[in-house]
Amino acid sequence: MTRTLSALIVAAALAVPTVAAAQEQQMTPPRQNWSFSGPFGTYDQAQLQRGFKIYKEVCSNCHSMELLSFRNLAEPGGPGFTEAQVKALAAEYKIQDLDDKGQPTERPGRPADHFPSPFPNAAAAAAANGVAPPDMSTLAKARTYTRGFPWFIFDIFTQYQEQGPDYIVAILNGYKNPPKDFSLPAGGHYNEYFPGHNIAMPQPLQDGQVTFDDGAPNSLHEEAKDVAAFLMWASEPHLVQRKRIGFQVMIFLIVLSGLLYFTKKKVWKAVELHPEKLEQKA
Amino acid sequence: MSGHSTYQPKSGAMKWLERRLPIASLVHSSFVAYPTPRNLNYWWTFGGILSFMLGVQIVTGVVLAMHYTPHVDLAFKSVEGIMRDVNYGWLLRYLHANGAAMFFLAVYIHIFRGMYYGSYKEPREVLWILGVIIYLLMMATGFMGYVLPWGQMSFWAATVITNLFSAIPLVGDTIVTWLWGGYAVGNPTLNRFYSLHYLLPFVIAGVVVLHVWALHVAGQNNPAGIEPKTDKDTVPFTPYATVKDAFFVACFCVLFAWFVFYIPNYLGHADNYIPANPAQTPAEIVPEWYYLPFYAILRSIPNKLLGVTALFSSILILAFLPWLDTSKVRSARYRPLYRQFFWLFVISAIGLGYLGSKPPEGIYVILSRILTLYYFAYFIIVLPLLGFFEKTKPLPHSIAESVLKEGVPLGASAPSSRAKA
Ligand code: HEC
Ligand code: HEM
Repeated sequence: MTRTLSALIVAAALAVPTVAAAQEQQMTPPRQNWSFSGPFGTYDQAQLQRGFKIYKEVCSNCHSMELLSFRNLAEPGGPGFTEAQVKALAAEYKIQDLDDKGQPTERPGRPADHFPSPFPNAAAAAAANGVAPPDMSTLAKARTYTRGFPWFIFDIFTQYQEQGPDYIVAILNGYKNPPKDFSLPAGGHYNEYFPGHNIAMPQPLQDGQVTFDDGAPNSLHEEAKDVAAFLMWASEPHLVQRKRIGFQVMIFLIVLSGLLYFTKKKVWKAVELHPEKLEQKA
Repeated sequence: MSGHSTYQPKSGAMKWLERRLPIASLVHSSFVAYPTPRNLNYWWTFGGILSFMLGVQIVTGVVLAMHYTPHVDLAFKSVEGIMRDVNYGWLLRYLHANGAAMFFLAVYIHIFRGMYYGSYKEPREVLWILGVIIYLLMMATGFMGYVLPWGQMSFWAATVITNLFSAIPLVGDTIVTWLWGGYAVGNPTLNRFYSLHYLLPFVIAGVVVLHVWALHVAGQNNPAGIEPKTDKDTVPFTPYATVKDAFFVACFCVLFAWFVFYIPNYLGHADNYIPANPAQTPAEIVPEWYYLPFYAILRSIPNKLLGVTALFSSILILAFLPWLDTSKVRSARYRPLYRQFFWLFVISAIGLGYLGSKPPEGIYVILSRILTLYYFAYFIIVLPLLGFFEKTKPLPHSIAESVLKEGVPLGASAPSSRAKA
């Protein structure tokens, strides 16, 4: 029995990686260090603020982020802007609205407004960019890469959930000259990490492009990490609360299981030691 | 639900109620006095875990429904609204999404437990078939629930799965149009899926009542696979089974919480965070993990009609298990050959699950075909024949004997007696 089993497992193990290796043309994004990974992860406020600056100055020219409101920037577990900062920031934006006679008008933004989109609709966004730039509200959770066997099993235990931000960092750093045998269609850009390598987005970030108020380093790699962290927060704004409550729930459940275990032992002990007692019961 | 009750109402109010609706004695006879075999191991706690998970799904689902909007333009946004703006909305949604996965994990363990210990055999055939009906209803509910957030995978999985019905000769296309409520998956599809997704869990709850009723008529099977004979073989449900179930439900919740709080999107698909776009097919369309073995069976067969037939047969064949297995001995403990084929079956089911997540090409297809063949051979060839050829080991005379070897108490879960090679 054991021999049949182990033979089967070995056969399966031999068959699988060879196929996987043959198919994996896609480059695997390198793993980054994230403050928000693991059971005690939290967002780094300064990093989120820097990431927001990059989003605002660069990415928001093409990408919408419709599901977020300005007020989210002041909410707990986020970038930690003050209410006053958010108010001032919102007022910098022009929001399309109707006046009290029902005529279209523009007014300064308020914290409750959603971030305005750079293009009026998807068709306009596609016309201007070749491909419509994806909305950024859930982008960090909407991208991943294949982990493959056995990594996807280890991920359960190591809690690796940061494929999205890792991929975004890789994309922003992945612009290269195309290899000689690669024919790049007009309007395309070569990116090592993009599936098929032909991406419609021109390299959006350069070394030192955005200067940070806190004087933090702004190499391309640092900038990419900051904006990816910001996008992770935009996708998962309650991550910090989730992990904090999770730890409390875990402690509670483990203690409860322990207590129930000893209760069970005590209850069952009587029948295990004195099975004859069961006969008297009827 | 079991025989007669020993319940004696004490207070005046309970006496009053007992004469009018004997619900207290029903509960007492079903969940307090009900005799359960004393040798049950922890694989028997999964029925309790399943009942608990059904409760979790219904409670979280009803609250989610208060905030969800079933419309193609609003569904994705309303789900994101739940995640962002509803108090603890993220918790509700992650509980419900991961709860479905845990529900399936538990049901698979529950089914394999039944297969290993021969729980489907006489007199538990109806109990078993009710279980298969619950499982089918769960599959339908899970599938329609996955469509509701209206992400890319929701939309394309709905398209692929409903399209399976187009394989039916002559009326296939008509049926698909009827399912969709139009000429493609669209708003009418989303609305009816929502309606049914809300309805089916209550149907499941109803069938679970029948399932438990049948269980309490036939009595539980047990690791020895022999019927209890005397009171020495059983213990009352409360406190013995209740406390054991409670302990293991709590342990199961640790696993559940691990997924909900630390890796809530692990079992999901990244593409489902992209709003549904009928104009853009995702690179690969993969169903939720708990359907993957059947997806692999479907794709291992090049002909669509045959593939769909194999897919549905692979599930329905479970209902015939009580008659396909010809052995008189229930528990695999006393069936040395059956045990090997059983574990091969488990491995091939898991293997099919892995292959279902891979593109249908090259070695993956070949392996899927081999495992599909074994899957069906297990039911149609191995089980019917094994009953005639297998030399089973001698059964213990009673449950008590199997637990208390030579008067030494071994605890409620005696280790399986393995053959010495
Ligand atoms: C000039 C317009 C433009 C700017 C500025 C821009 N993008 Fe993009 N972006 C695009 C377009 C167009 C696409 C769609 C690419 C495609 O699908 O080929 C895209 C796609 C992406 C993707 C998804 C790639 C994928 O896997 O589908 C990411 C991630 C991304 N952008 C990040 C950013 C970040 C971060 C910034 C700011 C630093 C940014 N973009 C700035 C136009 C832009
Ligand atoms: C919603 C899903 C289900 C719930 C809530 C449920 C609940 C239960 C409960 C409470 C028990 C008694 C405890 C136990 O023996 O584990 C039980 C027993 C049983 N269930 Fe289920 N069940 C479900 C699905 C299924 C399915 C899908 C099958 C098989 C196809 C199945 C087959 C059985 C069998 C055979 C028994 C008797 C077990 C024995 O005594 O050996 N059940 N179920």
